[in-house]
Amino acid sequence: MNLNLVLLIPLLTAAAVLFCKGLKQVRIVSFTGAVIQLILSFVLLYGYWQERSSGNNDAFLFEYNYVWYAPLHINYHIGVDGISVAMILLTAFIVLTGVLVSWKMPAHTTEGEKQSKEFFFLLLFLGVGAYGFFISLDLFTLFFFLELAVIPKYLLIGIWGSGKKEYSAMKLALMLMGGSALVFVGLAGLFFNTHTGDGSHTFDILQIAQMHIPVAVQKLFFPFVFIGFGIFGALFPFHTWVPDGHSSAPTAASMFLAGISMKLGGYGCLRVATYLMPDAAQQYSWIIIVLSCIAILYGAFATMMQTDLKYINAYSSVSHCGFVLLGIGMLTKTAITGAVMQMVSHGLMTALFFACIGMIYDRTHTRQMARLGGLLKVMPFISTVFVIVALCSLGLPGLSGFVAEVTIFMGSWEHSGAFYKITTIIACASIVVTAVYILRAVGKAIMGPLASKEFSLLHDADWNEKLAAGLLTIGIIAIGIAPFWLDRLVGPGADAIMKNITNVVIAK
Amino acid sequence: MNYSDYIALIPLLPLAGFVLLGLFGKKYFRRSSGYIGVLILVMSTALAFYTAYQYFFVSGKVHDTYQTIIPLKYTWLQFSSGTSINMGILVDAISVMMLVIVTFVSLMVHIFSLGYMKGEERFSTYYSFLSLFTFSMLGLVMASNIFQIYFFWELVGISSYLLIGFYYDRPSAVAASKKAFIVTRFADLGFLIGILILAYEGGTLDFNTLIERLTNTQSSQYINITTASFLGISVMTWALTLVFIGGAGKSAMFPLHIWLPDAMEGPTPVSALIHAATMVVAGVYLVARLFPVYSINEAALHIVTWLGAISALLAALIACTQTDIKRVLAYSTISQIGYMMFALGAAKYGGEAGTGFTASMFHLFTHAFFKSLLFLGAGAIIHAVHSNEMKDMGSLRKFMPVTHITFLIACLAISGVPPFAGFFSKEEVLLAAFNSNKFIYSIALFTSGLTVFYMFRLYFSVFWNKQREKHEPPHGISFTMKLPLIILGAGTMFIGFIPFGKYVSSDGKLLESAFHLNFSIAPVCFALAGIAIAMWMYKTESNRPHRVAAAFGGLYQAAHKKFYMDEIYLFVTKKIIFNLVGRPAAWIDRNIVDGTMNGMAYSTAKISGWIKGIQSGKVQAYAMYFFIGIIVLVIIVLYLWK
Repeated sequence: MNLNLVLLIPLLTAAAVLFCKGLKQVRIVSFTGAVIQLILSFVLLYGYWQERSSGNNDAFLFEYNYVWYAPLHINYHIGVDGISVAMILLTAFIVLTGVLVSWKMPAHTTEGEKQSKEFFFLLLFLGVGAYGFFISLDLFTLFFFLELAVIPKYLLIGIWGSGKKEYSAMKLALMLMGGSALVFVGLAGLFFNTHTGDGSHTFDILQIAQMHIPVAVQKLFFPFVFIGFGIFGALFPFHTWVPDGHSSAPTAASMFLAGISMKLGGYGCLRVATYLMPDAAQQYSWIIIVLSCIAILYGAFATMMQTDLKYINAYSSVSHCGFVLLGIGMLTKTAITGAVMQMVSHGLMTALFFACIGMIYDRTHTRQMARLGGLLKVMPFISTVFVIVALCSLGLPGLSGFVAEVTIFMGSWEHSGAFYKITTIIACASIVVTAVYILRAVGKAIMGPLASKEFSLLHDADWNEKLAAGLLTIGIIAIGIAPFWLDRLVGPGADAIMKNITNVVIAK
Repeated sequence: MNYSDYIALIPLLPLAGFVLLGLFGKKYFRRSSGYIGVLILVMSTALAFYTAYQYFFVSGKVHDTYQTIIPLKYTWLQFSSGTSINMGILVDAISVMMLVIVTFVSLMVHIFSLGYMKGEERFSTYYSFLSLFTFSMLGLVMASNIFQIYFFWELVGISSYLLIGFYYDRPSAVAASKKAFIVTRFADLGFLIGILILAYEGGTLDFNTLIERLTNTQSSQYINITTASFLGISVMTWALTLVFIGGAGKSAMFPLHIWLPDAMEGPTPVSALIHAATMVVAGVYLVARLFPVYSINEAALHIVTWLGAISALLAALIACTQTDIKRVLAYSTISQIGYMMFALGAAKYGGEAGTGFTASMFHLFTHAFFKSLLFLGAGAIIHAVHSNEMKDMGSLRKFMPVTHITFLIACLAISGVPPFAGFFSKEEVLLAAFNSNKFIYSIALFTSGLTVFYMFRLYFSVFWNKQREKHEPPHGISFTMKLPLIILGAGTMFIGFIPFGKYVSSDGKLLESAFHLNFSIAPVCFALAGIAIAMWMYKTESNRPHRVAAAFGGLYQAAHKKFYMDEIYLFVTKKIIFNLVGRPAAWIDRNIVDGTMNGMAYSTAKISGWIKGIQSGKVQAYAMYFFIGIIVLVIIVLYLWK
């Protein structure tokens, strides 16, 4: 199949929205576009399986290469492996469900209808950035799409957000821009240390992966790239944009932020930092492990003290994304597979969590746990989904979170040193703390006596909300019950990364 | 038929029930959910009994040894190191025994609930949760892979959580469900780490291979795991102890027992199923499953024995002082599971020394019957008088004859009065303890006396004593509630005669029960004495209980306050974890980590403001900077020139 479609159709959808009039047209167009994107991503998955089962063992499939700017050797080079396919699937899910939950625009925006065009455009445009990022095989193109995905977030939060939205929007934009700047330094550093046959430099990921970048260069630029992407992926101590950003964002933007944007970071750490600089990855692995362990446990403890539902989910995202970085830092095939699984799982789960919180907020106009209670009685559907996603977050078997965490634990435990064992145990310990804060939230908001008489008049989810929640729930359960398909999808990609790393070990 | 043709249906039928009732119950099966649930369980139970018949009487035995058969196995998740999580079904003596217990008790509870939960608003939800639990529990007992057991272990935990919190608008139920899950989760952390160690050292997660490797003293895995040590203790002991912590949490062993009494907030039939007969014995089952490995590790086995014995004694002491009928039964459950644990700990692998293993499984089997009967009886009583407190009950024998007789049978069974079920199993447990450790035996004997006392204290206070006038006269119970009581009562009278050693033993070979009549004189005397004392104190209303309580003074107080375990836990969680860990973490994040980020942004803004001032756009200012610059440059150049 032609991989350009994965970029083209979202772009066309976003463009088409600009020509619409009124909320009704806008959302029909966005919805149709998002559905096509989801179908396309499944077609891509199918095509990928077909290619693989017909014996195509190339690292990347459906490659397309077009010279974009010859003097700097920038190519529009795209292609996918299993990891990218998984991320594209995730993105398509989030885009569609994000459109669905915004069906009536964020509830609290007064001039909601007027700016619907801009809102949906930005949302879809964010999707374009993510799709482009995940299919890029050229560092500059990759960076280009990363930047595309930052700007819409600033506007989405700043205009349609709630609470101290200007502060949060600015904070998020500054920190992510800072991250991008670090990434750019790292990429430029890599570029000038590549040497192709004709004596020039290259941005091409495939070519760089075949070269051996001098260890000193790797050691110098790895931190730039890793920390830069790490900021996107909530690397401790650069995670502080997460709570504020998510909490102020409108529901769909929170879903995009946590579901897609944070995954850009994890994917970048994996695809660029670890894949292209394996020596440095080995050398710095212990620092990554320590930082992610801190994020996991400390994030969980910080979550325990939150009182706002969105803050709870945002802080728990810090903890859960710590697992992604832990898996990457552990540098075993199983752990890396687990990290990707955790990205997908966390993306679906946290988007669903934010969707539920948004639905609750739209109705009760509060996110404070102290003022909520007994919602199961008045909105059984939303509450049930809330409980399911909460259970997924605490790692209940049969749902996606368990699969990802277990894979990471197993992968981490493959190392023999005491350091790895202790850090794994620390990460494992978070399952207890997670249970504490999750059950606290469920017990307070969903169960218990009805907090206020007015709540008894509230209505349950509408069709669009049910569809969104249903889709994400199916995703969570599909991974949770049958993880082997995701494992088989991601496995070869993780293998390729591991090959680079083990080559280093053998070379020594 | 081969096992593989139908055995997967045993757990899958309840799963289908869960999905069906969970998704469509509210809309389409509001009334009929109960019947659907019962029907499904009837099918599962029939298949389970058929399996048991096939296994024990037709095809299970080869060369006089019961075999372990794995009819189904699928790879669920493959790890690069070669280990994999498999979902499979393992058929051996103890898994088949558990199949029978789980399906049968679950069926009884399904039938009982038809009457007990009648008119409940979330009737279909209740049945879907019951189905979910039954599915998870069946998956647990049939697991062929240690990660599979963990998988279902967590699922039974969550089913228990959902059912304890079934009356979700009661804050006490919500708190109890939360506590149950978190305490067992804490224990599961140990279990998980234990699994990771076993997987790493054993190179596999499948029970069969794992046990084979870790019991073969020649294998490299065995040598590695026993020679490697951490903090001076061998890795093998660590792994087994950690796994046992998981089991101790689920089975409510001291000091992880605190969730079980609170779990009584759930509907009473649920307590009968989950918190008496099935889920709480999962810890015993886990140790039994890995018994060949435990049996060659003295240290781990000691921990099992002692924790079991201590739990049996302390829980029995507490049970003597509680006034809530369900809590008495809950502590009694802890105490009886303690029996099963130390019986396992007192056993060795194979032959006569394996008596403890058979005894433990036998006691697990009989306990499932009489304890679920006691709980269902308690449910009937609570249903009739609308209270859990013993002081609101009295003289109920006049109103509830069926409940009375069946309750009495169960009390006699748990007390070990011949010829009721508990007599045979308890005798065997005591015998195993006697043969291995005299001190444990004396604890067990004393505890059995306490058991009789608190059970008959309950019996006399509820069914005799003075009738309470406060409430309207208790109403009778429906047929659907009576039927399970009668069936379980009949079971309790006869299952003790099953020659258990013939079917279940540590090595699968025939175990001739060495049963001595002389040996049972002491326990039976203890039992009769216990009944007499309870009768003297509680048969009629008097101030004797107060006098006795006063005579015991401090011990009574301590037991009444449950040895202050809840207070200790509250102190640790609220004061230490929340205030000394959680609060600082949240504070540091907002003020120090984020503060640094904000500080950087702030100083950047300051500096840029300062630089901005230079670019003022005023031509005069530029001109001045220009001249100052020239002068400075000239000075530098002149200075350097010389």
